[in-house]
Amino acid sequence: MNQFQYVRPTKQQAAIDVVAKDANAAFIAGGTNLVDLMKRGVMTPQKLVDINRLPLRQIERAGSGLRIGALALNSAVADDRLVREKHPLLALALNAGASPQLRNMATVGGNMLQRTRCPYFYDTTMPCNKRQPGSGCGALEGINRMHAIFGFSDKCIAVHPSDMSVALVALDATVLLSGPKGDRKLAFADFHRLPGDTPQRDTNLEPGELITAVEIPDSPFTKHVHYQKVRERASYAFALLSVAAALDMDGNTIKAARLAMGGVAHKPWRLAAAEQALVGQPATEETFRQAAAVAMQGAKAFKHNEYKLRLGPNAIVQALKTAAAA
Amino acid sequence: MNAEPEQERPRDDSRRTFLKQSSLLTAMALVPGPVVSAAEAKLDERVAESIEKVPLSLKVNGKKYKLAVEPRTTLLDLLRENLHLNGTKKGCDYGQCGACTVHVEGQRVNSCLSFAVMHDGQEITTIEGLANGDKLHPMQEAFVKHDGFQCGYCTPGQIMSAVACVREGHAGSEGEIREYMSGNICRCGAYSNIVAAIQDVKQGGQKV
Repeated sequence: MNQFQYVRPTKQQAAIDVVAKDANAAFIAGGTNLVDLMKRGVMTPQKLVDINRLPLRQIERAGSGLRIGALALNSAVADDRLVREKHPLLALALNAGASPQLRNMATVGGNMLQRTRCPYFYDTTMPCNKRQPGSGCGALEGINRMHAIFGFSDKCIAVHPSDMSVALVALDATVLLSGPKGDRKLAFADFHRLPGDTPQRDTNLEPGELITAVEIPDSPFTKHVHYQKVRERASYAFALLSVAAALDMDGNTIKAARLAMGGVAHKPWRLAAAEQALVGQPATEETFRQAAAVAMQGAKAFKHNEYKLRLGPNAIVQALKTAAAA
Repeated sequence: MNAEPEQERPRDDSRRTFLKQSSLLTAMALVPGPVVSAAEAKLDERVAESIEKVPLSLKVNGKKYKLAVEPRTTLLDLLRENLHLNGTKKGCDYGQCGACTVHVEGQRVNSCLSFAVMHDGQEITTIEGLANGDKLHPMQEAFVKHDGFQCGYCTPGQIMSAVACVREGHAGSEGEIREYMSGNICRCGAYSNIVAAIQDVKQGGQKV
């Protein structure tokens, strides 16, 4: 691993100033992805700004919602009483991610900033437009079984790996940012980007901007929720594909629905048209099949991930059935 | 026959004196007094900008250490290479196998994915810190009783994770144990014996 300078500020503004001034500086929180990438030479920051001493770990009520500090640990959020009561979908998604050890290190802010697990991104001997813009995409004609079926470009077909982010996009979360130009809020749905011609940019964060918290508005989706994760072993593996489903029910009738998928695009993929297709319908397998068909419209597979076109609707139906029965 | 003239050999005592002096100088260079006091005065960021090594205080298995380490040293490498606590194993080194699991402030983590300097002031427990003198920790006893190891390389991480699993309240059923032990990979397949060991400790009701 390359040498780097290490700084450990105790003030938020000091942390932001260092990263804003130096293009080769990076924040480090839990480190579960950054350290991994540094060991492999995929990321080579020359200065690390350890933000763990900033007071950003609180999970608290904020207006008519919940505010979760960017440094709250994934395990702490998943176990939090308020989170389990108000947003059980988030707790389910968090617990589906990684392992207990990693959830004890990974933070909420870091989780949404984790990089793709595309093997061509990780292998520095292979072309990758995300790692090295202009070098090409090894996955396009390569082993693309884990890759996108929505929103990709000819520059990048990688998927975003976070489970937590799939729940956050379904729950209409907002990200709170602080940067050299001040504070701002960003809808979580606008936080991650599609690859287009600039796949090296995963998010709409500006240079030096720090995630300080995530806010989730109160919603009726507190009971009928499910996070369906399909992976190659029972636990501790990235999703081939995942579905976050939440229903607001009146008897057997669906009053409102939230639906999002992971492992299918460069960002967590909200399925707004399918949500609309569920409203006012009875909670039956037939309804869920129809919504799944709407959800999959526009999906396009590559050589090795065609299975996702069949797995996707089945996972959506399973997620909705389980949510309805919860 | 080829003996060199006596006077051209460095004299042992002078060599020793030289080594002593130079290592003392090196040690002083690593942690100059002002650095330590500046760190204590919470000026860490300025300190780190001007030197290569960062001062670090840790409590490992109840013992306090004051160190100066390169920032890229992982907690795992610090434990094994600097403190010679090599019970904690380096398996994959990428956070995928769990062999490096230790407790930081009572919480289990993968020590390979964490820079040691990020743990300044924290308390670490490794497999060496579980037993009470010659008396094994109940989880260690249970692993012996149920033969929860084959090659044994994963065992320290499994035991650290198993203790945490019970403490966290995630040892309620076989399914829950398997889910909450999934961060520790064993290629020999001692899983069923490990599950039995954890159930034994959980049902024994001892404080772990």
